[in-house]
Parts: sequence; structure tokens; C-alpha cells
Amino acid sequence: MTGVSSEVRELASRDYRYGFVTDLVTDVAPKGLNEDIIRLISAKKNEPDWLLEWRLKAYRGWLTMEEPRWQNVHYGHIDYQDIIYYAAPKQKKALDSLDEVDPELRAMFDKLGISLAEQERLSGVAVDAVVDSVSVATTFKAKLAEVGVIFCSFSEAVQSHPDLVKKYLGTVVPRRDNLFAALNSAVFSDGSFCYVPKGVRCPMELSTYFRINAADTGQFERTLIIADEGSYVSYLEGCTAPMRDTNQLHAAVVELVALEGAQIKYSTVQNWYPGDAEGRGGIYNFVTKRGKCAGADSKISWTQVETGSAITWKYPGVILQGDNSVGEFYSVALTANRQQADTGTKMVHIGRNTRSTIVSKGISAGHGQNTYRGLVKVSGSASGARNHTQCDSLLLSSTCGAYTFPYVEVKNPTAQVEHEASTSKIGEDQLFYCRQRGIPGEEAVSMIVNGFCREVFKELPMEFAVEAQKLLSVSLEGSVG
Amino acid sequence: MILRVENLHAKIGDNEILRGVNLEVSPGEVHAVMGPNGSGKSTLAQVLAGREDYDVTGRVLYEGQDLLAMSPEDRAVAGVFLAFQYPVEIPGVGNLYFLRTALNSVRRLRGLDELDAIDFLSLAKERMSLVEMDESIMSRSVNEGFSGGEKKRNEILQMAVLEPKLAILDETDSGLDIDALRVVARGVNALRSEGRAMLVITHYQRLLDYIVPDVVHVFADGRIVRSGDKDLALELEQRGYAGLAQRPALETSTPVGATP
Repeated sequence: MTGVSSEVRELASRDYRYGFVTDLVTDVAPKGLNEDIIRLISAKKNEPDWLLEWRLKAYRGWLTMEEPRWQNVHYGHIDYQDIIYYAAPKQKKALDSLDEVDPELRAMFDKLGISLAEQERLSGVAVDAVVDSVSVATTFKAKLAEVGVIFCSFSEAVQSHPDLVKKYLGTVVPRRDNLFAALNSAVFSDGSFCYVPKGVRCPMELSTYFRINAADTGQFERTLIIADEGSYVSYLEGCTAPMRDTNQLHAAVVELVALEGAQIKYSTVQNWYPGDAEGRGGIYNFVTKRGKCAGADSKISWTQVETGSAITWKYPGVILQGDNSVGEFYSVALTANRQQADTGTKMVHIGRNTRSTIVSKGISAGHGQNTYRGLVKVSGSASGARNHTQCDSLLLSSTCGAYTFPYVEVKNPTAQVEHEASTSKIGEDQLFYCRQRGIPGEEAVSMIVNGFCREVFKELPMEFAVEAQKLLSVSLEGSVG
Repeated sequence: MILRVENLHAKIGDNEILRGVNLEVSPGEVHAVMGPNGSGKSTLAQVLAGREDYDVTGRVLYEGQDLLAMSPEDRAVAGVFLAFQYPVEIPGVGNLYFLRTALNSVRRLRGLDELDAIDFLSLAKERMSLVEMDESIMSRSVNEGFSGGEKKRNEILQMAVLEPKLAILDETDSGLDIDALRVVARGVNALRSEGRAMLVITHYQRLLDYIVPDVVHVFADGRIVRSGDKDLALELEQRGYAGLAQRPALETSTPVGATP
């Protein structure tokens, strides 16, 4: 693989683009986790008693739980008492418009390429930006309100739509689903909330940008999206973090609920800081994402492009409860340098004639370790259930690894479950062919890899697909050793 | 002289494949390199195009430049094109997109403006007609699921779009039925020009009925053992490689071709 190595190694010098730190005055809680901290978070957010109780129950559950050990990733001990659980950019008062957002913060978003004002004016994408756990600005709120779509920070939803929050919170990811979900349930500080009313097709893409800025901080955002009967919403999520030589914990929970005939499309481009070439620093990304097709004929589609984080532990799944409901999972996961990813999906078929599709593309470079782990579960009630799974792995070096762990549990004899898997090494033949046609090595590698991922990229909204392709090219740089 | 090859050796490990190739090609000339399987013809093509798997010694001058010191992409930019014996599949990368990326990359590296989508498309369509390429093939992934004939036509299409100065056709006739062979040969002939030299590597004389060479070289045991005009190919057809290879190396029956 000398051809690939020299080509890709040349690109090694480029840095993580989003590694800057913004000097914001931050309101932080002391390090460590106990009931007082949870009360503090809840009080800061002026939450109703039921939510505080909910958090405390989660915390008490968390105390009894252990970190999962089955995943194919290795990391040091996480000291949960050495983490700051609440850090917020300081704001004097509630903001009425974007113009009131801290200029430093605005500059940071400009750097990230998401000028909120521009977004609002030009792009037709509504953005909620979450920095260090707190939602700082939501654009387009007024326009969305015209059609009855609620899109706001989670904290705001707790105040203005407590009934909806109370009704759905924890219904898809229970408080004690796993240790990280329990932790999130105890300490989540913000995130996004979205409700699309009956029969409404959300007129624009909704988008959230997550940013960890403060040091030693964990980010625990919580997202809840409810698509009422016959509605449609497409939701985008992007994330970045500064370069730091210590690991930072990100433990988010995302819950999606699709009622009868509703469709939710959820796209993620995850670009948390991955750590340096030696594996120092980087985000520990332990995330629980799940959707429930609660009503008949509903559909939930996850598309993820995972290029960041030192460790990714993530299995966006769909509970296919309604008859004829559809679950989809399209994933590109790239691990370069010392990155490790253990990611996949869970498709749980309960309703009749439920269908699921899984397309997973794993790319490993450098010393990256890439694991696909997926569960397809067909319960006894799910007559006529169908699943098709396709897992492809692409290796870019001789020091990286790719693993596939498909779990299949079928309790209904009428179910059809198919699994296809392939592993290939990026061909020197392919690379030479491109170079012989005048396409330089780095461009050729990125073209071949993008081709490998095309099935997934075509599921992304256009502008996101372009961003994902660029991101993949940048992330591949210097990745083969 | 567009290409001068002097005492070219190439080996992989201890296996010496090229054992002192000498060759001179002038602009506008079509040279055929014929020889039995395993004689090193394809290795010559690969080494000239810049494949990095070989230990190479000797000298290759291309338009006076040291070709062996150039990267494959630089060679392409300088006008060296290899039509592959086994065109490579690139899943997920559209054929038309690939062609445009290649052309614009070459143009950019030559300091020219890139072609926009519309100009490119009209160029591509014009060149597609040269090899009777169906449009539906252009939206498929590069070479993926192509028939043997489609793959070879695709190579010639790439050549027609990239307009090289030195085209090396490696066994372009292999795996083609007679109709496909005619189409490919017609495409190649249409691309013959005063400024363009071609090195046509083939196992069989049959291709040379359609692409008539100026010079024929017989390749055996890692070097050129005889050179002559197009009649040499016919002689070869009658007597077989064995009969010719026994003659002393480097014998020339015309002044053009291998240099002593």
C-alpha cells in the first residue's frame, strides 16, 4: 500500500479546522455529580418539580448502573466526578432577537460557517445553536409558528409546552436505558425540541449545531422531536469542538416519535474533535438515539456521517411499532489516526409488515478501528416483517481494523431478513487508474471513498451532502500510516 | 522524437521482467509491440505510465524530459495516456463525473481554465459518438458492470477526451468480438494525428488489420528482438513468435525503431 500511504500521508499536516476556542464568559457549575448539582441545573433552568424528580430518579438509577463493556472500543477510566455538568455562555437576560447574541458567540458561529443571521435571511434553514449544553439562538421561530411548528430549545419547551414534554420525554429512550442515557437524563441542560402538528409538512429543514467550548465540560444535550399524524420533518444536526488534549464526554439522547402516517428524516454530520495523531484528546461520544414509529404507516430515517470523536458509541435505532411502518439507517463512519467507532443500529419490528433498511459504510484509515454492530429484532407479532442489511467496510491502511457484528433475532416465521457484508482494501489499481488519468493521489482517494459512500450521501439533503463530502476528504488527510 | 527508451530494465523483487528495452517513437507514428504472453509487453506499458510497483533502471525521455522521475499524474498532464488492459472499476463514481474530473484536473495542472458542465457535456457527447458510446453508460459507475467491449470503448473515449500526445494501448483488442473491435479501431484511427504517437500493444495480428502501424516491434523475454514495418506482423502471423525470437536480438529490418 505504499502508493496510498505516500499520497495520503502528504496531507497529514492539515489540522482540525474547528479546533479554536472562543473566549466567552461562561457560567459554570463546580465539577462533580451529586443531587445538589442536579438541583442546581434544574433551578438554573427554572424547571417544574416533576422534571426535577424525573432527573433525580434517573440519577439514582445511574448510581446503580455500570458502563457497558461489550463494545469494541478501548478507553481509560472516565472519572465522572471530574466533569463539569453545567456550563453556559453567560447572558444577562432572555434574548428577543439574534442581534442581542454575544458578539463573541456570533463570531464563533461565523467561524463555523453558520452565520445565524445569514442563515435566517438566506438559506431557509432554521437553526438552533447549542453551545456548552445551552441553546443560544433559534432562528426562524416566527415563520415556523405560522404553520404551527414548534422549534425551540429544550429548556424553552419545558416552560412553554410542558404538556408535550411531559407526555413524550423518556417514552422512546427510558431513563435507565443505559448508563449514558441515565446520566443524560439526570444532567441534560439543553437541546432542541420540535413538534410538527397534524398534517403539516415542515416548510424548511430544521437544524441544530452543537458546540462544546468550555474546558473540562461534558455536553449532555437532549433532543425530542414529535411528528404528529401525517406530518413530515427533516432535521439536521452538526457538531464541532475545540482541540484539547484531554478527553471530553458527550452523552446525548435523541428521541423521535412518529405518529400515524408521519415521517421524520434525521441527518447527522458528526465532527467532534477526534484527538491528535497519537490519540491524545478528542471527544468521547456516547450517544443514545432512537425513534419510535408509534403509528401505522409512519417512517423514521436516520442518516449519519460520523467523522469525528475519539470514540463513537452510537446506535440510532427505530422501534417499528405501527403496522407498515418503515425504519431506515444510512451510515458512513470514518475512523482515522487512533479513532475508534462502534456504531450501527437497532431495528425492532413489532407491527405487521414493518420494513427496515440498513446501509452501513465503514472506512478505516491509519490505526482507526471501525465496528459495525447492528440488531435486527423481529418479534412474534411482526408478521411479514422485512429487513435488508448491507455492511461494507473499506480499509485504507494495513494498521486499521474493520469489524462487523450483526445480531439477528427472529421470532416470526414470515419475516424476511437479509444481510450482505463486504470488506475491501482501497485498491492500488483504482488509485493508479485515477492518477494515470491526471487526478492527483489525494483527490483520487477522496473520490474513491466518496464513491464508496454514495448510497448514504444521496440520502442527505443536498447542502449537507456537499458538506459531508468535504468533511470526509479533510478527515482522510494524513490518515494512512 | 517524442519518446526515447534506453536500456530500460524493470523488476519486481528478483524477477526481472524488462531486460534492456530500447525504443524510439516520433510524433505521428503508430508503433505496434507484439509478443507472446508473459514477454513483458504490459509491464512496459505500466512502467511508462508510472506504476510504482517496479524497480526501474535505464532512461526514458519523453519530449526531452526524464519520464521516470515524474509521478503518474504528471505524466498524464504531460500527455501520456494508458488505455488499460483491464480497466478498473470504481463503484459509486459516475463515469461522466470521472471523465470530467480527469479532464479538468489535467486542464488545471496545465494552467488552463476548467470546462464548465455545459462545455464539457458537448465535448463528451461529440467524442462519445466516435466510439458509439451509449449515453446510459455515462451515468453508471466507472467500469462497474460494463461488458468487455464497453470497458474498452470507455478507455478510448477517455483517450479522445484527454487528447494525449502519447497513447499506449495495452491489449485493447483482448476480449472484443469482431464488431466491437471494429468500433474501437475506428475510434483509434480517428484519433491518429501528426502530433500524436501511439504504442499499440497486442498479442494478435488481427488488430493491426484495422490499426495499421508504421513500425512493428517483436517483444520477447523482456526486450525488443526485432523491428520492422507492418509486414513484420504478417510474417509473425505465419511463422509464430518462436521462429522470430530465435533470431539475434536487436536486428532491424528498417531504419526506424529499436536503437542499438
